[in-house]
Amino acid sequence: MPSTQKIIALFKKDLLLEIRQQYTFYGILLYIASTIFVLFLAMGQPEATAWNGLFWMNLLFICINAVAKSFLQDSRGRMLYYYSIAGALDFILAKLLYNVLLMLVMSLLSILLFSFFLGSPFADTINFLGITILGGISISLVFTLLAAIAAKASQNAALMAILGFPLIIPQLLLLIKISKSAFGEIFRDGALIQMVLLLGALDLMVVILSLILFPFLWKD
Amino acid sequence: MQRSWWKILAVLLLLYTFTAGFLVQVPVIGNLYQTIRNLFFHVPMWFGQMILLLVSMIFSIRYLRSGNLVDDIKAREFARTGIIFGILGLVTGAIWATYTWGEPWSNDPKQIAVAIALLIYLAYFVLRNSMPDIDKRARVSSVYNIFGYFIYVPLIMVLPRLVQSLHPGGEGVEGNPALGGQDLDPAMRMVFWPAVFGWTLLGVWMTTLLIRISKLKEKNWIHA
Repeated sequence: MPSTQKIIALFKKDLLLEIRQQYTFYGILLYIASTIFVLFLAMGQPEATAWNGLFWMNLLFICINAVAKSFLQDSRGRMLYYYSIAGALDFILAKLLYNVLLMLVMSLLSILLFSFFLGSPFADTINFLGITILGGISISLVFTLLAAIAAKASQNAALMAILGFPLIIPQLLLLIKISKSAFGEIFRDGALIQMVLLLGALDLMVVILSLILFPFLWKD
Repeated sequence: MQRSWWKILAVLLLLYTFTAGFLVQVPVIGNLYQTIRNLFFHVPMWFGQMILLLVSMIFSIRYLRSGNLVDDIKAREFARTGIIFGILGLVTGAIWATYTWGEPWSNDPKQIAVAIALLIYLAYFVLRNSMPDIDKRARVSSVYNIFGYFIYVPLIMVLPRLVQSLHPGGEGVEGNPALGGQDLDPAMRMVFWPAVFGWTLLGVWMTTLLIRISKLKEKNWIHA
């Protein structure tokens, strides 16, 4: 059975590692900044549809880079150690939590930089902020299990992209559609709530699948 | 003989599909004319693909429960035939679409869905080949197979809400030239369901052959 205490301990461990080895965090930060700057040089200030598409693709790539290392940084010996002190469920729950937090920070920073460089064509800022938070959570959940799979396979990020891109499409399409509401597109009554609930249901399913499937990846 | 009755049934059903499918009186709907006969070849590919991929997923679950490598081989080969059916469905659909929708690819949600399914299952094979260790390969790819299937099924339900469809039952485009599932002509229904059954059986037959070949090739480590 998962215990809250262990989950918190593992979560804190990841957080501490991040704070102590700052190069990874700043690495991703620089990755975000340079990607967005290149986009700015290439596109200038694009119109809403292009902005929206670019934004979500940007989040997708950040997620691959940020979440991929969550399993790659743990060596075999260290994994063995975790195995002896905690259960699989504790471990994956801590990772899910940590990745959600990491992705939240990254997506909020992306919004900030995107608005700064590429302009902010959205009409409803609060709305778009909420959608971005939702999106960051959804994407990071899917990629946590994929990172675990990729880490088992051959420890490379390219594999994660191959595995992840087809699987993230449902969430990504939903998110792009939902975020159009922040750009002033009018939806049929209740359609927006329906899509948000659908996204929530998908997220829940991904979490449950992660909890069921991760124990099989865990034992070696 | 006792165990091959379903293979004979598959042959008979497909013979029936090929004769009746081309001879049966079809209603004239919109601009479909005689292309409507493609229904007996195109649509069963989807039924077949969904069923084969489901079976593949079930064998992956069985592998995770039992640790028996034969289950993993079965999951792999069912996924392989699933891909073949997917490609065939895509090609028959593209040919059909050329004559009814005017172009082979029109970003229809079902076309997107099958393209994604192909990507998922091709990635499954890439993942398999990236690991030399047999047990690890079987376990990790089983996990991916199950995860992929559970994402793929919601996708089929999610996509049509987001993209307008030209397929029957799709909302949006006026004057949809395809026919809806509910108004399938009774005479066509008499051919359609046997066709679905026949094609699916053929898929299973193909898979059993592939499984037998794999078992012979890999018998050294199955019993090890």
